[in-house]
Amino acid sequence: MSLNIESVTKKFGSFTAVDDLSFNIPEDQIFGLLGANGAGKTTTFRMMIGLLNPTMGAITWDGRPLTEKTSHVIGYFPEERGLYPNLKVSDQLLYLGRLKGMSKQEIRIQVKKWLERFKVPEYENKKIEELSKGNQQKIQFIAAVLHKPKLLILDEPFSGLDPVNVELLKEAVVELKREGTTIVFSSHRMEHVEELCEYLCILHKGKPVVHGSLKDVKRSFGKKNVTVYADFDLEYLQELSGVTRFKKVTEGAFLQVENEDVSQRIFEMISKKGFVRKFELEEPSLNDIFIEKVGASYE
Amino acid sequence: MNKLLIVLMHTYKTRIKSKAFITTTIISLLLIVGLTNMQSIIGAFNDEEKITIAVLDKSGELYEPFAEQFKIAKVEDLEVVKANKSEQELIDKVQDGDYDALLVLQKNSQNMPEATFKAETVSGAGWIDTLEQTLQQTKTVLATKNLGVDPGQVAEIYAPVSFDTVALKDSAKSEEELNQARSIVYVLLFLIYFFVIFYGSMISTEVATEKSSRVMEILISSVSPVKQMYGKIFGVALVGLTQLALIFMVGFISIKSAAKGEHSGSTIDSFSSYIQLDQLPISTVIYAIVFFLLGFLLYATLLAMLGSLVNKVEEANQVITPVILLIVVAFMIAMSGLAAPDASFVTITSFIPFFTPMIMFLRAGMLNIPIWEVMLGIGILIATIALFAVIAAKVYRGGVLMYGSATSFKNLKKALQLSKK
Repeated sequence: MSLNIESVTKKFGSFTAVDDLSFNIPEDQIFGLLGANGAGKTTTFRMMIGLLNPTMGAITWDGRPLTEKTSHVIGYFPEERGLYPNLKVSDQLLYLGRLKGMSKQEIRIQVKKWLERFKVPEYENKKIEELSKGNQQKIQFIAAVLHKPKLLILDEPFSGLDPVNVELLKEAVVELKREGTTIVFSSHRMEHVEELCEYLCILHKGKPVVHGSLKDVKRSFGKKNVTVYADFDLEYLQELSGVTRFKKVTEGAFLQVENEDVSQRIFEMISKKGFVRKFELEEPSLNDIFIEKVGASYE
Repeated sequence: MNKLLIVLMHTYKTRIKSKAFITTTIISLLLIVGLTNMQSIIGAFNDEEKITIAVLDKSGELYEPFAEQFKIAKVEDLEVVKANKSEQELIDKVQDGDYDALLVLQKNSQNMPEATFKAETVSGAGWIDTLEQTLQQTKTVLATKNLGVDPGQVAEIYAPVSFDTVALKDSAKSEEELNQARSIVYVLLFLIYFFVIFYGSMISTEVATEKSSRVMEILISSVSPVKQMYGKIFGVALVGLTQLALIFMVGFISIKSAAKGEHSGSTIDSFSSYIQLDQLPISTVIYAIVFFLLGFLLYATLLAMLGSLVNKVEEANQVITPVILLIVVAFMIAMSGLAAPDASFVTITSFIPFFTPMIMFLRAGMLNIPIWEVMLGIGILIATIALFAVIAAKVYRGGVLMYGSATSFKNLKKALQLSKK
């Protein structure tokens, strides 16, 4: 039971939104789909849930294409939140749950459980438009997971939430994964992806530029981050070969180097020069990889 | 449960519970009750305002025959009183409001009655004509008496002529039947017209609301667009039928009770006498239901499709205008067709699908047209609905995913492209 995306291309007229995308999401995994605005994430999601059909290629779940008949397998949390503004939370979830083939009683139990879990049981009889945006988002999340989907698609689930609620939602995601749900999600916040995903794919203009497990991606990236705090001027370091990025900070400098050898050379150079308060070699963050691959500064 | 049914029930329940539905229903029910009881309502006001007219008979011979004619005419809300005061005194009394008017009768040089009518205002009162007619009759009676003609013979002269119309063509309806059919068809045409406009635009608003709140994306991933669209259309239709059923029920009961309470012929015709429920031909009722439903389906499909093209509810009104205009045109043709149901333009337009629901119904209700023509009309209508259903489902699928500048019909093409497999 895995989601398989096989050389999928989606064209809108002459514009190619997704270009020859292939990946496989194993069962019980959390998969991160990253990309700048307009990279093709939402289009990919829409193809996954059968809202759009790929121009070429195929998307299969458990070897079969996803259609309306398999819609109960999928939970979808769209980036553009969509709920009826003047319906009560309970009516809303009842309707959406019924459309996923649940019985009324089942829905009632699940709604109660989730509302309590998100610490908002008092919202059951409130209208959506009376809720704050963050709370609407929780209801939207409940709508996506109510029917215990096997495949959960989360498009920017954490955007616009306060840190407490982000934690609440993250915990829910991790628990769903533990219960055997395959989760695909997109986010602008790289730290969320680093924290949650085992596998990821970075899309750039519809093409996958990085793809694989988080560890492999980081290892194959090769570059390392170096932080230096020193009493003397560090400007000259940016001229050094092997230094790919240089950023001056208040107490020193932040560098990106091609490999560990370069950092060793730097260390030797500056230790002769004067007092070094801090020298730190770090694994690259996903943020660095993203910026490097997508080539644009991003959040 | 079938997903179509879930969508249908959801649409129905939320609509029926909405304030808009409850208020419009209550208002129309009150209107119906008011309309059907118009007679008693007007009667209630009139009881207090019996018009009293002082008659000053200067000749001394005219009042008796005048009052007699007045009695024969059976004028309900008018009363004549013989006055023996001077004209000036009576004029003062009229001005004080003791009398509503003063009628001065006298004889002219030919010894014939003539009258002067004096009131505060002499415009707008229908009963002045009544007085004049009564006096005219009085004059006739007096004149014929002077000539030595027996009053019985006079009555013979003035008895109305019997004038029957008989249609020789088999397909034609008698004048009486035609008039009756006309009033029934008229009412039903209005019903179709209002229902389609009111509930049709409700559908496009509903679709546009779902789109603007972006619920559509979630819905359409669980239900196929066709099921969703028709669930909505049938749901709204059911809401409308509920309202209609209520109106008919209350109207029927109200007409029945009003008919029971009718005691005397009044100058105002009661609403119930226009619509003779007992005489409604069964075929007209069946045609009305069939064309009503098919017409609604056709327009609702179109309107749902257009609703899916816009982003905001406010824009929905713009894109549906052409369709609403079509309905208005159909209604106009039908209205002119009421006077001449066998005109050739009526025959031709009755086969144009957008006009068929109203105009074919008009022809079927007012003429004895061959059954195959009606069936052909229904066939064309069903085929058109099927065609639009296919197109609408595609546009709907693409349209709901389309955000951006709407209102142009280029979007139709764009939506179709988006939905391509």
